[in-house]
Amino acid sequence: MKLSDLTNHAGEWLRGNGPMSEIVISSRIRLARNLAGSPFLTRSSRHQRQGIEARVRETILGAAVAPGTFYVDLESAPEIDRQLLVERHLISKPHAGAEGARGVAVGENETVSIMVNEEDHLRLQVLRSGLQLEEAWEQINKIDDVLEGKLDYAFHPRFGYLTACPTNLGTGIRVSVMLHLPALKLTGEIEKVFRAAKELRLAVRGLYGEGTEATGDFYQISNQTTLGKTEEEIISDFRGLVIPKIIDYERHARRTLLDDRTIALDDKISRAVGLLRSARLIASEETLLLLSHLRMGVNLGRVKDINIRTINELFLLTQPAHLQKIQGRKLEGDVRRAVRADYIRQRLGAG
Amino acid sequence: MKCDNCSKTATVHLTEIKGGKKLEKHLCEQCAAQSEGLPVKSHMPINELLTNFVMAHSGLQKETGGGCDACGITWAEFRQNGLLGCANDYTVFERDLTPLLQKAHEGATHHVGKVPARRGGSGVPIKRQVDLSRLRKELQRAVEGEDYERAAKLRDQIRQAENS
Repeated sequence: MKLSDLTNHAGEWLRGNGPMSEIVISSRIRLARNLAGSPFLTRSSRHQRQGIEARVRETILGAAVAPGTFYVDLESAPEIDRQLLVERHLISKPHAGAEGARGVAVGENETVSIMVNEEDHLRLQVLRSGLQLEEAWEQINKIDDVLEGKLDYAFHPRFGYLTACPTNLGTGIRVSVMLHLPALKLTGEIEKVFRAAKELRLAVRGLYGEGTEATGDFYQISNQTTLGKTEEEIISDFRGLVIPKIIDYERHARRTLLDDRTIALDDKISRAVGLLRSARLIASEETLLLLSHLRMGVNLGRVKDINIRTINELFLLTQPAHLQKIQGRKLEGDVRRAVRADYIRQRLGAG
Repeated sequence: MKCDNCSKTATVHLTEIKGGKKLEKHLCEQCAAQSEGLPVKSHMPINELLTNFVMAHSGLQKETGGGCDACGITWAEFRQNGLLGCANDYTVFERDLTPLLQKAHEGATHHVGKVPARRGGSGVPIKRQVDLSRLRKELQRAVEGEDYERAAKLRDQIRQAENS
């Protein structure tokens, strides 16, 4: 398995058939870990950084942490490959743009990724489709056990796992789910979600995590407290209290739209289908928004000849780096927008 | 006041002493940057402004207490970018970090989650390092609060820690 094999399809997390997948796109858990005896990355010399990267890389590849694992050296990888990994949610934006020895290991149909030398020496991630937080925790906990048998983690009896930023201290866990909330956006009730999340000390972010805008009605909700609770408590609070509430809100909003504003709803959906099937130039942001409305239309049974999997794939494959990889050439400006429009028309079975 | 060189408003005011003579200059940002080679930031971001203010009033005084022997980071440097330099910093700055941790983690100051079974290469068990007395105190509190689910979890954690 290598990077170029990924281009033509979506990863497991975009399969679109996990539990609650009409609203929950994906579940993600990440763990932050550092090696004992090495400074954190802000205080590492170039030489130390290289040493850490080599050691962690060898350990991951030697330990067979996940089936089909391959490693990408990000210091030497071309920009387009780094962008491709960001679009697939396998690395963070800062990790793509950083400098110095760093990399990422990807395995098990892209459900597992381990960033090496991001903000911490190791950032383990499991990403699965739909609402699968318990499964994700089980999977990542096992990988963490395997690695901890071979690496000395920085651990403190009072503070737990030591992280470069004290906001990750203790468990080092970040639990997040990506939600598709088009109806709450249309009914103007999305603020309710933000308020509820804030009260429960959760962060709401956009499609690509920290510092990104919510585009195409996708919202990523994650815990902020990492100390003073067990991993299981953090996950079960999230799974038991927060997510079901938001899913209920969105379902209710979708029902309201269907019952009371049927024509307005159908208009939104039909316009999305019409534009996607006939546009000759289209930007990625507009694509996201239209696909979002189309996705809701399919989920509500208003569009019958397009399946969710196609839409989920289009979300990913119409992103700039993917489009260029599929075409095998650099594309910019109107040429890129034209190629994107052609690709969408072809996938949605239009002329 | 207008700029000495052009018609824009002067926002940079310089006083130079040359050969015992006081020389005043009033320049707009562009002219100041050009003629004086002064790096002028037109709009200092508000957060930077606040950070500098807070640093000037509190951080710098703390800094005189010294930094970490292992990585050299000072408290003020940490406050500036929010990232620590090494594991040892958590011990060096323990007292200063505690209120920050409480703010970030709903008042919590102790880890109660997963504990690595052993230190990888060295094979030394570290589960014993878990503060047993703290776990017992929490168990007592859970029982008093009739939170039996949590009590059972804590009991298991204590057993695990004792047997390792």
